[in-house]
Amino acid sequence: MMVAVIEKDRVEALKNFHTDPREPEWLRDLRQEAFLEFSERGYPTVRQEDWKYTNVAPVIGSMTVAFGRNGHGALKDPTHDERRLIEQFNFQRNGFTAENLARADLVSIVIEESSEPIELNSLVDDDSAHFPHRLITVKSGATATLIETYSSNASNFTNAAMQIVVEDNARLTHYRVQKESPEAVHYGVTEVSLGRDASYNSTNINLGGKLSRHDIEVKFTAEGGEAWVDGLYMINGTRHADTHSIIDHQVPNCTSHQNYKGVLNDKSRAVFNGKVFVRGNAHGTDAQQQNKNLLLSNEARVDTKPQLEIFNDDVKCSHGATVGQLEEEELFYLLTRGLPETLARNLLTYGFAEEIINKIGVEKIKAELDNAVLHRLATVL
Amino acid sequence: MLLEVTELHAGIDGKEILKGLNLQVEVGEVHAIMGPNGSGKSTLSKVLAGHPSYEVISGDVLYEGKNLFELEPDERAREGLFMAFQYPVEVPGVSNSQFLRLAYNEKMKHLGQEELDPLEFNDYLKEKAKVVDMDPQFFKRSVNEGFSGGEKKRNEILQMAVLEPKLAILDETDSGLDIDALRIVAEGVNKLRGDDNAVILVTHYQRLLNFIVPDFVHVLADGRIVKEGGKELAIELEEKGYDWVKSAGR
Repeated sequence: MMVAVIEKDRVEALKNFHTDPREPEWLRDLRQEAFLEFSERGYPTVRQEDWKYTNVAPVIGSMTVAFGRNGHGALKDPTHDERRLIEQFNFQRNGFTAENLARADLVSIVIEESSEPIELNSLVDDDSAHFPHRLITVKSGATATLIETYSSNASNFTNAAMQIVVEDNARLTHYRVQKESPEAVHYGVTEVSLGRDASYNSTNINLGGKLSRHDIEVKFTAEGGEAWVDGLYMINGTRHADTHSIIDHQVPNCTSHQNYKGVLNDKSRAVFNGKVFVRGNAHGTDAQQQNKNLLLSNEARVDTKPQLEIFNDDVKCSHGATVGQLEEEELFYLLTRGLPETLARNLLTYGFAEEIINKIGVEKIKAELDNAVLHRLATVL
Repeated sequence: MLLEVTELHAGIDGKEILKGLNLQVEVGEVHAIMGPNGSGKSTLSKVLAGHPSYEVISGDVLYEGKNLFELEPDERAREGLFMAFQYPVEVPGVSNSQFLRLAYNEKMKHLGQEELDPLEFNDYLKEKAKVVDMDPQFFKRSVNEGFSGGEKKRNEILQMAVLEPKLAILDETDSGLDIDALRIVAEGVNKLRGDDNAVILVTHYQRLLNFIVPDFVHVLADGRIVKEGGKELAIELEEKGYDWVKSAGR
């Protein structure tokens, strides 16, 4: 009953939800609609299949964050394309996405040609709630790198959305780094749509938050697209990190690679759920999905579920998941070369995560991760 | 005395394999320990290196006068004990140079000597790689991952060259090597042997001893040294076979 009361309170609190009169009417209507959706549904509960391992409501209910501010307004006059993109946002995905759209700080970036990496950094230092919502369009033939970082040092709540369109023959490299404080709650959704011969290469790093969840959905809308959706979640303490991915092969001859690795220490808990859809006409699909987990403690736990739903015979698909511990023979080998046990364990952990870390082409992110893996993990078994 | 093994009884999974083994090794000596399969050769190597699966039942091992069993495997290594593995372990995602530098610096730290930064170490490593004629491109690769059998064994000797142990135990280093690889590995060991260190060659075959000539040969059968002699014992053993010493030991 606790949860219901909290939700009711929130609905009360949101009664003074106001839209910004400077925004176009269609957007204000959409926000209103999303707000009503959120009011009805509230945050997800474990009764929903997609959330059965991630119990959000009590965690958010126990937080006191400033909800009042509607910071939206950066995008006052969306273009036709931007409007279409916002309208495509699946705000009905869950309560978070509905709330995000209702309160979203909309920002749109259109990339016409190759340029320096674009950095979108969120840094929160007070107990507040934030609802960034970015629209990224990589125009035909352009190449871009996007760095999206979330950090905080407070009991804050982040509810972020990112909509990405990679147009025909365009290429986007996307790094998403979530390193919020151990008291923070983080929800993020990434929706990606790929045009003809487009390429999207993403690396999703999840290190922070008391509770975090990332939903990523990649849709191929024209032939010849290729996507890498990789990630590393590395958590300790009692952190909870949940990743749900959907790779949707709607058209023929596209390729997707998915490689997620997890390192769990102490009493932390992770969830990985990856769905790959190959639609009936999507012949020539090549889809691979892999999730490997390393448990550094007997009390850590991971629930992993790779899923393939294939409706075409002419495809190449594979998936797999593993959960394991450090290999004792590898550990002994390093010890016999004089490495102290803690260093040896950290080095093996690094070796496990290296495949993802070494993919990172931006030196400062890579260096930070190197450091996090080699030194931050206090691995005592 | 560098190493003094007295009446060592040890085993694995509750099964006694070494049944009262005695061995003495002085600095500057090369000892060969030969024996048939199941005689306890590998058990001896692993017990000396400190493998956690093996248990010491009774007996003493003194290393430089200290009780070896009071040292953890990594402490033994930093004190100058080295074992080249029969089956070197692959460590995915950890580069050879990173691994070797960490190991080298841990030893230096232990000895109170200066550690090397990556650039300095790279020069040092290039120099050491000549000992086993190893291509520097192996430095960047993950430790032993995707290496051929011969490359793995060369990598073991490279590690030995880098760490400069006082006592190196080569556990069946010759197994699975063709003659060219065997020659490179053996030449590497010969370059590294000296007046200030000792080597224990654990091997089934006499072949290795054509390339690395030992000062002493010990024949192991059923967990005990049953025959000892100079290098000529290995040749005699090759001619007469292990049945000869098995019966001699009884």
